[in-house]
Amino acid sequence: MSTATIVKLPPQETASLPKRSYLNSEYGLKSWLLTGDHKRIAILYLISITFFFFIGGAMAGLIRLELLTPQSDLMATDTYNKVFTMHGIIMVFLFLVPSVPATIGNFVIPIMVGAKDLAFPKVNLLSWYLYIVAGIFTISALVLGGVDTGWTFTTPLSTHYLNTHVITAGLGIFIAGFSSIFTGLNFIVTIHRMRAPGMTWFRLPLFCWSNYAASILMVLGTPVLAITLVLVILERAIGIGVFDPAKGGDPLLFQHLFWFYSHPAVYIMILPGMGVISEVISTFSRKRVFGYTAVAFSSVAIAVFGFFVWAHHMFIMGVSNYSALVFSLLTMLVAVPSAIKIFNWAATLYKGSITFETPMLYAFGFMGLFTIGGLTGVFLGSLGMDIHLTETYFIVAHFHFVMVGGMLMAFLSGIHFWWPKMTGRMYPEALSKLAALTTFIGFNLTFFPQFIVGYLGMPRRYAAYPPEFQVLNVLSTAGATVLGIGYLLPMLYLTWSLKYGKIAGSNPWQATGLEWQIQSPPLTENFIETPLVDHEAYDYEWLAHQTEHEVQTVG
Amino acid sequence: MDSHVIATQPVHDAHEAHAHAPYLRHHFETVEQQREASSFGMWLFLLTEIMFFGGLFTAYLIYRNWYYPAFVVGSHQLSIVLGTINTAVLICSSFTMAMGVYSAEMKRRKALVGWLLATIILGGVFLGIKADEYHEKWEKHHVPGLNFSVQDFTHPTDAEPALPLDMAQKTQVYFSLYFAMTGMHALHMVIGISILLVLVVKAWGGAYTAGHMTTIENFGLYWHFVDIVWIFLFPLLYLISRHQ
Repeated sequence: MSTATIVKLPPQETASLPKRSYLNSEYGLKSWLLTGDHKRIAILYLISITFFFFIGGAMAGLIRLELLTPQSDLMATDTYNKVFTMHGIIMVFLFLVPSVPATIGNFVIPIMVGAKDLAFPKVNLLSWYLYIVAGIFTISALVLGGVDTGWTFTTPLSTHYLNTHVITAGLGIFIAGFSSIFTGLNFIVTIHRMRAPGMTWFRLPLFCWSNYAASILMVLGTPVLAITLVLVILERAIGIGVFDPAKGGDPLLFQHLFWFYSHPAVYIMILPGMGVISEVISTFSRKRVFGYTAVAFSSVAIAVFGFFVWAHHMFIMGVSNYSALVFSLLTMLVAVPSAIKIFNWAATLYKGSITFETPMLYAFGFMGLFTIGGLTGVFLGSLGMDIHLTETYFIVAHFHFVMVGGMLMAFLSGIHFWWPKMTGRMYPEALSKLAALTTFIGFNLTFFPQFIVGYLGMPRRYAAYPPEFQVLNVLSTAGATVLGIGYLLPMLYLTWSLKYGKIAGSNPWQATGLEWQIQSPPLTENFIETPLVDHEAYDYEWLAHQTEHEVQTVG
Repeated sequence: MDSHVIATQPVHDAHEAHAHAPYLRHHFETVEQQREASSFGMWLFLLTEIMFFGGLFTAYLIYRNWYYPAFVVGSHQLSIVLGTINTAVLICSSFTMAMGVYSAEMKRRKALVGWLLATIILGGVFLGIKADEYHEKWEKHHVPGLNFSVQDFTHPTDAEPALPLDMAQKTQVYFSLYFAMTGMHALHMVIGISILLVLVVKAWGGAYTAGHMTTIENFGLYWHFVDIVWIFLFPLLYLISRHQ
């Protein structure tokens, strides 16, 4: 590797993993399944969401294979409906929502604030069990014969017209919702009440701020989804009439309630990812994040604005012109805090000592792809354009740029960044750079053609399409193959590194966060003594000073 | 209880004794921090509950404005006497719960158990009356989806005005919301009573009268919340246009 790196590993001949750590404090399956340790729960979550990610990914693969040809030839059209529904449900509720908060957040937030654990360890474990139960329900819906409402459960389609397993899938999402509520609740209480002495709000790493903002959305938004699903299930099971036009109910009310959660859910998914990017950009530019306060408050602003834009999913559903106007304006306003983040990260890079470790490559991928995803969101937020573009592949490309290009890149960035902390070992550097590059190329090849094909008018959610769209669809399917390899690679080499990776030492990146000042992997109780925080976040001078004086912080 | 702890864990100074309070979980620095965290967590949970019921209240608000005549006649089908009794029962149960928290504070074990039992009984009475009301709805064919007829609203036998068939159909929305809202409330009562049963057993063993009463306090918050939801449900469902 010709590029400069700041990786500082201990001499490998003498280096060894610490004798005591959270990984070897107890042995046996029971010690994992009944653990209260936030780090072990994070690992449990990591394994389970990876499992569901690959199921959801397999569904995506099937979708792209079907769309290779204009005819619906690989599967029957109703099978296709079931496949994209499952892809959506699994990816949104079982992967994207818990991805960064429940794994990385669970692992590092208590350490970042200087606490021994999250405020409610049992609730944290309960949240994982709820997630598993939700997963079982979702998989049963799939195995029993599928569900074909789309992940949006649109009424009256979902309540009256389909003979598939809507109730099972709905219950799965209901339960996953409570898992998410408990994670959010735990984070909020931990960040409010468990900070170490001296860890003021404006000394918190930005990762905490963005997870805090996402937690507010989880706590306030998810219950509304829960009650909406209860009403859908009741309507389907016993035929009450809240959304049924025949009984006087209004299906549009379902849309309002559903999107009241599901739009903020987009920010639940992206905000923690933005937190990862702040940490990574700062570490590998060796600079404090430019405009720390602005970035911190932009997270909160996104959370607040996020609650007032839901009807932009409903412009073509017959909402009044005036409310459409207001919601369009508010949608444009969300672009402001998002842009603050992007510009401030760019300004952080300016005159920084930039190095190109794998997490940084993923972070660059995030910045580019998220910007495209965000800007096309402004297209869709403007009323006239939306009429043309909505329900086409343009919108599919838009939210995949944000969710996959943005969030998944951020997730992988974070996993690589904190992998040495979680396991005590490094991932293979060259291979991981290759994976980052493969993901980026594969992603663009998959989703950029979809912008074009959508603009040309190809609707989403159909197994067949006019032959003139085939070239772009073949490009997209080819890209999906590359992307698939890009995701398999980390899965393989990260597993490999558990045994054969180089010993990382406590702070391979020379990063400033509290989590880097303790041993890797950390002790069960994180800190031997409660840390006393006397410096701002991202204070590299403080770090240099620490190193010079060899202040004993490693347990 | 306390003397037992001191006997098994030699205490070096006052600070140590404080830190080793048997109910202090290992990841909290102080008892105060633990108490604040759990009470803050409980308030946040109640916030999620408000949002949960909020979806139903939103639906109610919209449909009541659209189908006011249907809501009026639907509401007049409910028994105002039973509703009022239930409101009184629930307010009393909040009082007994508050007394339970007070007894825990005063470290009176038997009083605590007594007040909790009283709360359970009052909660049971509420659910019993509610079940009777549901049964009556079933007999009158007012359960949308399962057993519903518009007969009572198109051809009323009492002094109510007859509704045109179209508006009479909309009473199904009213009754759907009635069952969804009171049903969700009743579900919260059932969960509350189940938790209370556990709390009574633990309280009998003296778990909440040795200085650590956060659990009782938090459960009290939950119980009062469920009570408050009913305080909103009662006028919204039972008292529409009763002045006529």
